[in-house]
Parts: sequence; structure tokens; C-alpha cells
Amino acid sequence: MRRVLLRLLFVFALPTLLFVSWWLASDNSTDVFWPPLRTILKTFPEVWTGERLKDDVLPSMLRLTGGYALAAVAGVALGTVIGSYRRVRAVCEPVLEFLRAVPPPVLVPVIMLFAGIGDTMKVAVIASGCVWPILLNTVEGVRAVDPVMTETARSYGIKGPSRITHLVLRSASPQIFAGLRQALSIGIILMVISEMFAASNGIGFTVVQFQRSFAIPGMWTGILVLGLLGFLLSVVFHLVERRALAWYHGLRAAARRSP
Amino acid sequence: MLEVRGLKKVYEGSGRRVEAVRDLTFTVDAGELVCLVGPSGCGKTTLLKCMGGLMTPTSGEVLLEGRAVDGPPPGMAFVFQEYGRSLFPWMRVAQNVELPLKQKDLSKARRQELVADALRSVGLADAADAYPWQLSGGMQQRVAIARALAYEPRVLLMDEPFAAVDAQTRADLEDLVRGLWRERGITILFVTHDIDEAVYLGERVIVLSASPTVVREQLKVDLPDDRDQLHTRVAPRFAELRTHVYEQIQAAKRGAPHLVRTDTPPPH
Repeated sequence: MRRVLLRLLFVFALPTLLFVSWWLASDNSTDVFWPPLRTILKTFPEVWTGERLKDDVLPSMLRLTGGYALAAVAGVALGTVIGSYRRVRAVCEPVLEFLRAVPPPVLVPVIMLFAGIGDTMKVAVIASGCVWPILLNTVEGVRAVDPVMTETARSYGIKGPSRITHLVLRSASPQIFAGLRQALSIGIILMVISEMFAASNGIGFTVVQFQRSFAIPGMWTGILVLGLLGFLLSVVFHLVERRALAWYHGLRAAARRSP
Repeated sequence: MLEVRGLKKVYEGSGRRVEAVRDLTFTVDAGELVCLVGPSGCGKTTLLKCMGGLMTPTSGEVLLEGRAVDGPPPGMAFVFQEYGRSLFPWMRVAQNVELPLKQKDLSKARRQELVADALRSVGLADAADAYPWQLSGGMQQRVAIARALAYEPRVLLMDEPFAAVDAQTRADLEDLVRGLWRERGITILFVTHDIDEAVYLGERVIVLSASPTVVREQLKVDLPDDRDQLHTRVAPRFAELRTHVYEQIQAAKRGAPHLVRTDTPPPH
């Protein structure tokens, strides 16, 4: 019981401190661009009504989901192929290094030329930024499959799709999840950026709209929403990962106990 | 049953040419339990991988029931030394044992029957739902043995399977292997660097030379079929045989010329 309380204290101490500091520091602010936190919080329920959740948050989430899912499928599939064959890797590696070095936001104007300014463009932008960490981590994970396990699979005639699903992807899954985690934060950033360029709805669009119309407290609430969204997604991700990689954490704990 | 003819394996790479196995010829009869023993680094693992179809020999061939082995044959199962890296840590014990069976054309009921039977044979019936890493080293190797048994092989290749477990567990596992061999009539080729283990387990011991490897001697183990850790290991005949094998290995390490290659036990 005490341990639980202590843990809760650790979890909430810093956020509370920051919240109080913000509240006190901004309390007497008369600066238009730096409204008191009190004002921002009062504006919050007025701005983020059910209708706005449906009209702006939902489209943003759908774009993020679409782009992220696309990146995950493409990244894992390509990464498995590249990681499995030395020759393919030798051919692809220089190109991958180059593409990875291009900052994804710079692709927005380029992708706009091809995909227009609709949802396709936004999904494409998110996917093109998210795919790299997933792809590169999958390549590393697939390359690192234990040779003894590979031989075990071979000697028992486990090959083809069964080998991919039961051996290669499972063995690479810790690295794949590391890539997915990186990709999630990149995805949120690109979701907002793509909506700031050309959009008629979405969270990024809303924040820019508020800023342009000098609805400054509204703009601040948008930033809070993005923060909360990022936090929520990372909690969900953590839960999924803990379930999918339960064996990995158990294995590591067992290895620590008996080195 | 299992025939190795003129097997040779040369590793080449980065300007180095290593002749691991020079010329190996021997046979294993159906239902036999043969132990291969040799000085460390003598290419035992190379030989076993060539036999299991995991590696292509430079020349020579391996025949299983008269047919050349050019890939892992379905009638053969492998037990590796590194049990911790041979079982899949993301699968429970029963799933690990069942996975190879999914490649065979078996009904689900039949698969489950085989899994349960194999786990029972190695004394792990109640560990089916555990993950391998929740078990001790010896139990993990039992799971690997159960996986091999469930595969219903005619030949079982074991590559120093007990090298990484403690002495007491090793004794138990040795008795388990002998028990399973007598009960199921599988042909077993057991590679080890432990001379006592080779003599205790085998019906026949093949002594290999140092690398580049050839067969140094084939020795029939004329101990009674009923063996147990307590009595067999203190029997005078056991001591004679192990001394003989020991001398052979020592001579092999020194690179002494071959003695006669016989298939008869040394005189009493």
C-alpha cells in the first residue's frame, strides 16, 4: 500500500509542480499572447465541445491511424525482406540512409504536388515520416535472429510463411516495437504539421485558426489537447507493448536473475 | 540406416582455409545408440550438421535409409546444445513442441496427443503452459527432447546436449535418453566430449581424431543393457572402457598415428 502511494507520488509530483508554477506565473498576466492558465482552462470546455471532437479531433485521429498503419505494414514488410537478404541490404542501404536523413516535414510541399491537399496528402505525409524508424528497426531485428533458432527451424522443416510468422517476426518484435514507438511521436508531429499547411479541419488546423484570429486562449487549449493526446496514445501503446512483449520482459527478467 | 561416406568439410573464407573434417566413414544401424566422442574442436558439430542436412559437405555424402541427405530430412530430429537458444522464448512449452508438427499433415487432435505424450515421456506433463525461460536448464533441455520425440523421428541427432547443465541434472538426462531409446527404438547418434558419458550411454563409441578429423577407432561397449548411474559407473568393465577411450583421445590430441580401427571391444 505504501509502495503504491509512493509510486503515485512520484508519478504526479512533477506534473503538479509544473501545473502550479504555470498557474502562479501566469495568474496576473495581462499579456494577450500569454493568458493566465485560469483563462485557458475556462476556455477549454467552450472550445472542445462534442461537435469539435467530431469535426476536428476525429479526422486528425483517422489520418494518424491511416498513415501510421500504412507505415507499420510497409515498414515491417520491406524491413523483413531487406533484413533477410544480404544482397538486397547491400543495394538498399545507401538509399535508405539518404531517405532517412531527409526531414519528413520538408516532404509536405512535395507530396502536396502529387497528392493534392486532401486527406490522401496528410496520410501520405504521416506514412512517409513514420516508415523509417519502423523499417530500419525491423531490418536490424530480422538480421539479429539467433542462428541457433534459425537452424532449429530449418532442421524441423519450419519454412515459408510459418517461419516468418513464428520465428522471424516474433524474434524481431522487440526491435519492431522500438521502431513503432519512435514512429508514433513522429506521426503526431506530422499529423499537426500537415494540417497546418492546407486543411479545413483537424487539430493542427484549429490551432492555426485560433492563432490567426487572435483567439489566443483557444490556441493554448489546442496545444493542451495535443499534449493530452500524445500522452494518451503513449499509454495505450505501452499497454499493447506490455501484452505483446510479455515473453520478452519475462525472458530478460529471468536472464537477470541467473546470468 | 545412417551411412557417412568419405565426408569432408573445408571452411574457406578471408584467405583462410580450414579443413575441419578430412575423411569420415562410418555407419549407424537401425535402433542403435552410437556415441561420437573426440577431442574438443575436432569438428563434431560440423559432422553432425552435415548429417542433419544443415550444412553441405565439401565432398562425400550422408545416406539416410539409402537416400542421400541434401537438406533436413523429415525422419530426423535434432537436439542442440544451446537449449536456451533453440527453444522459442515467445511460445509456451506445448506450443514449442507442437510447432514442428504443424508442418506435417496431422489433425489437431493427433498433434495434441503427440505433444502430451512427448511431454509425459520427459516428465514435464505439468509444464505445458510454462514459458521455457521459466524452467531450469535441465527442464529446458527436456522440452527440446520432447519436441524431438513428438516429431516422431527415426533418427535422433544430439549435439552435446548436456554440456551446459550441471552434473546431477546431466545424470538424470542421460538416464532419460537411455530410457527413451530402449522404450521407443529410435536410432540415436549422440555427440559428446565427455568420455564417461559416451561409454555410459552408447552401445558403440566412435572415437574421432583431432581436426582434420578422421575416425580413430570404433569401440563396441559390451556393458549390459540395464545400466544405472550407481552400479554401471563403478563396474570394472566400465573403468576399462573409459580408460581405453581416454587413452585414445589423449593420443588423438598428441596426433599419434592411428591404431587399428576395430569394432571389437578391447581385451579384458
